[in-house]
Amino acid sequence: MNYEELLLDLVIKDNRYIIMTSENRAAMRNIPPVIKNNFIDTGISEMTQVGMAAGLALRGRIPILHALATFITMRSFEFIRTDVGIPNLPVKIVGGVPGFLSDGNGPTHQALEDISLMRGIPNVNVFSPADEDDMLKGLPKVFASPSPFYIRYVGTKPVVEHSPFEIGKAEIFGKGTDAAILTHGLLFAQAYKAKEILEAKNKSVRVINMRTLKPIDESAILRAAKDCKLIVTLEDHFLTGGLYTILAEVLLKHGITADVLPFAMKDKWFKPGLLNDVLDYEGFTAEKIADSIFKKING
Amino acid sequence: MKKEKLNEFQNFALNVRRNVISMSGNGGCFIGASLSWVDICTYLYTEFLNISKDNLKDPLRDYLFLSKGHAVPTLYSTFVELGWLEKDRLQNNLKTNDFIYWHPNVNIPGIEFQSGSLGHNFSVAAGVAVDCKLKGEKNKVVVVTGDGELNEGSNWEAALIASAYKLDNLLVIVDRNHFQANMETEDLIPLTPLDEKFEAFNCSVKTVDGHSFKEIDAALSEFPFEEDKVSVLIAETIRGKGVPSIEKRADKWFANFSNEEIKKLINELETEHNK
Repeated sequence: MNYEELLLDLVIKDNRYIIMTSENRAAMRNIPPVIKNNFIDTGISEMTQVGMAAGLALRGRIPILHALATFITMRSFEFIRTDVGIPNLPVKIVGGVPGFLSDGNGPTHQALEDISLMRGIPNVNVFSPADEDDMLKGLPKVFASPSPFYIRYVGTKPVVEHSPFEIGKAEIFGKGTDAAILTHGLLFAQAYKAKEILEAKNKSVRVINMRTLKPIDESAILRAAKDCKLIVTLEDHFLTGGLYTILAEVLLKHGITADVLPFAMKDKWFKPGLLNDVLDYEGFTAEKIADSIFKKING
Repeated sequence: MKKEKLNEFQNFALNVRRNVISMSGNGGCFIGASLSWVDICTYLYTEFLNISKDNLKDPLRDYLFLSKGHAVPTLYSTFVELGWLEKDRLQNNLKTNDFIYWHPNVNIPGIEFQSGSLGHNFSVAAGVAVDCKLKGEKNKVVVVTGDGELNEGSNWEAALIASAYKLDNLLVIVDRNHFQANMETEDLIPLTPLDEKFEAFNCSVKTVDGHSFKEIDAALSEFPFEEDKVSVLIAETIRGKGVPSIEKRADKWFANFSNEEIKKLINELETEHNK
């Protein structure tokens, strides 16, 4: 099953679901003629898409919104905050080409603060799946949740088969104690490969796929902080407001500290280009990540 | 319109205005923008809308969204006259032991949605209207906007899309009091010709004297104004209507009066009404 089939299945089984988009049909080219009335395209207009979604939710619908991650979270931020967040309506907002996935578009399309913005709204939760398999495992529960959700759309092929999904529960690979790589989204694949590279150099590593950044799996973070010499945060997001900040909040809340090595965009946009070139240019390939971690561990 | 009916509307509106003025002390309220739409609100709740105390959660009821949220004293004052809200609670304005403050919120039965940030409720109402249409239900969905509020581009985005979806169950009422917060609309961001603007967005437009029950009645009796089109009623109104000393006063957008001043204003209102 792919994303489009998942949506189709949802709508056929449950008429409450309405698929919406701001003319961003890349992930759903075939379903509009099939689901007809349960599909609403508001054209290139994110504010109205969110406002109408709130109205539909007031009528008992569960709207699933689609637009590019930058535009839906930023152009219509105040609509999400005010019309979805305050009344706590079950509106699901799917952001396309988040983070590095905007590859050649340039800074206008680089959603590197989307998670920071969305998690800052009371009631709004955040799911950042690692790849298509992770996304498809998570979405049924995310869509069925009574809460508003922001979802980073990541349709890349998986490097590993993911375990069953629970909201607020991280997926942990390995029990290594030299380093724990906390990550989410697209960069999970690089983290997973970095783990293999480091293990080949006799370092023991665990990778923690956070899955939902809100609610956050505090216990997975605390266990990693307790067990591991180094905590790595790896995210295609600005350093401010994302996973690194979440880690700091969790550690501070529990009065503990840790050695932390963050990989994030540090107050700048990334060099536009094809995805693999971007990863290389910005230092986010498995090899570069593993190299930095190795040096840090060996101090 | 029969004389008795007209008297009923006018007396109801008088009571609503009196309630609004009574809320303008102890921290105050947006009195000018509240008084301008009292007559429209009176007509909507006593004549036009299928909304009653007993059907507030019924999916088949009509809907009213107040997009110019700062004019909510008019809604609360109307709810008092309808018997939905105890009159004493109006004096809880801005008290933390109640939910009555400068903008609407759903803790007060009858309020469909919160507002206050301008330019939001047109699209929310469009979402409700779409769903009513999809389900083949006959609800009327009304959204009341200010005129200054139309500076917000989101309204025009919503107009474009509501027209695309042929939402003829949607009625947009513009409280055209010719003022935005601090000055006259035409002196800051001119809206004239407002009817032609909405027509250009493929809406069907009628303009009435927003203080004439006869004209409001004549126009809204023809809702929807045209098949497949969003109806827009431009209600020409006077900010502060009913109390000549605060009418059309740029400095009486918001007011915080003393008890003494409130008494005088109510006297003025009643004198004006009895003229």
